[in-house]
Amino acid sequence: MAITFPIYLDHAATTPCDPRVVEAMLPYFTEKFGNPGSRNHSFGWDAESAVDAAREQVAAILGATDKEIIFTSGATESNNLALRGAALMYEKNPAGSGTCRGHIITSAIEHKAVLDPCKRLQKEGFEVTFLDPPADGIITADMVKAALRDDTILVSLMWANNEIGTINEIPAIGAMLKASGREIIFHTDATQWAGKMPTNVDKDGVDLLSMSSHKIYGPKGVGALYVRRRRPRVRLTSLVDGGGQERGFRSGTLNVTGIVGMGKACEIALHEMDRDTARLSKMRKRLEESITAQLDSTQVNGHREKRLPHIANISFGFVEGESLMMACKEIACSSGSACTSASLEPSYVLKGLGVGDELAHSSLRLSLGRWTTDEQIDYSIEKIVAAVKKLRSLSPLYDMHKEGIDLSKVEWAGH
Amino acid sequence: MSYGPKIIDHYENPRNVGNFGTQADVKTRKDVGVGLVGAPECGDVMQLQIKVDQATGKIEDAKFKCFGCGSAIASSSLATEWLKGKTLDEGLAIKNTQIVEELSLPPVKIHCSVLAEDAIRAAIADYKAKNGLPADADTAKSH
Repeated sequence: MAITFPIYLDHAATTPCDPRVVEAMLPYFTEKFGNPGSRNHSFGWDAESAVDAAREQVAAILGATDKEIIFTSGATESNNLALRGAALMYEKNPAGSGTCRGHIITSAIEHKAVLDPCKRLQKEGFEVTFLDPPADGIITADMVKAALRDDTILVSLMWANNEIGTINEIPAIGAMLKASGREIIFHTDATQWAGKMPTNVDKDGVDLLSMSSHKIYGPKGVGALYVRRRRPRVRLTSLVDGGGQERGFRSGTLNVTGIVGMGKACEIALHEMDRDTARLSKMRKRLEESITAQLDSTQVNGHREKRLPHIANISFGFVEGESLMMACKEIACSSGSACTSASLEPSYVLKGLGVGDELAHSSLRLSLGRWTTDEQIDYSIEKIVAAVKKLRSLSPLYDMHKEGIDLSKVEWAGH
Repeated sequence: MSYGPKIIDHYENPRNVGNFGTQADVKTRKDVGVGLVGAPECGDVMQLQIKVDQATGKIEDAKFKCFGCGSAIASSSLATEWLKGKTLDEGLAIKNTQIVEELSLPPVKIHCSVLAEDAIRAAIADYKAKNGLPADADTAKSH
């Protein structure tokens, strides 16, 4: 099969809709356009039953029940509702009391959609511990246990990291929190995980789980929050008030087409997850191994095994990020510089892992998907290796490295 | 970042890439001046080397290496082209604004041209120092 350009290797950013998803959605734009809140006619009933079916499809990939699924506009909203909603509901002391309203544990390499709500809660009187991950990127149950305080009300940790794909010890953390016998709500941002890896919120001890549709071949603008109903029944303060939809947690007319699409995407994911995982992990292995075998001073970031099957994050020494992106312009991927380059924002995730303690690094995140082909991987390997070689042939730093000069000892003329 | 055709051309076909020896070699070569400017943590390091015909005092060859963005690579590539055949004084007369104009550098990339001018000045100053020539008052100036 001929390759068309650019090659899309940015599936951790978003995925194309599966054509089966689009097909399922289409009738709900036109003939079945009803509002599920309309109780008096068949238009409303049709829409409501479509939403009910989707709710079951989403619940099925999480091991949850349909009543525990709240539809939102996406994982960012789910995270905001989970964090803010739980913090305000379970606060130990009221605002303005001058004492800590409650303690929250999260990590320094969460997505901004968790970090920023946590920072806002901090300003409003909550105290937040941002756990620093070790170099392999994995937050363990022991780390969380050591950070627990008497006034801890909420723990929020991503299931898998969006930049490096590393997998936190979510089931072990859930079990540890449950074993503590305390009422601490456990939220996980599963945006990169849910729909890609087997999940069971009961077995895994999760109370709140955020997920997104567009990361799993569904449409953008729709996501879900799992809210546990039994042991414990989790309550949340709503952020959007109005018609009382979604059990009052999230008012607003439901995005029926989006929800139908997300449901279909989950149904497909449930059946094709194992096949996708097997195929993508093989491809990813080849991608990483071929690149690192052909280039020195190159490293794969994050724990080597405890990772999602489709994300590869590779750092290249002595090459600047923007010029690397220019040289790989046929490949649509993400870049992150670990140094404070003038042209690229440094990645706080890579910095958090200590990548870039050596100078002059740049990194590529290559994330594969359901329609990534072996030919695309072959081409990308060839292109990336050639680009790095070319830029190193231009790089005075690579020459100095080869001559045995320690770059950290050079007195650079700062600019 | 969308770049103009001249930047792309210099980036894809950089002129005069290389050096006149290892860091240790060029330190002892009297006919070679070396300018190494920028810093890895700033995302730009330029190395410019000039080889001077000691009889005529003209720059007979110039080479560069650059760790940096496309604009930094293009600016240093262009600097080597312009330096060849010039006297040291003519070389010192090259201004960053001329590089900006020639390459149509976008405003956020003007620092790349400043760095190239710094590299030219540093290479000429190094050559002068090695050969006991009086330093130009301007070369000590830092940005």
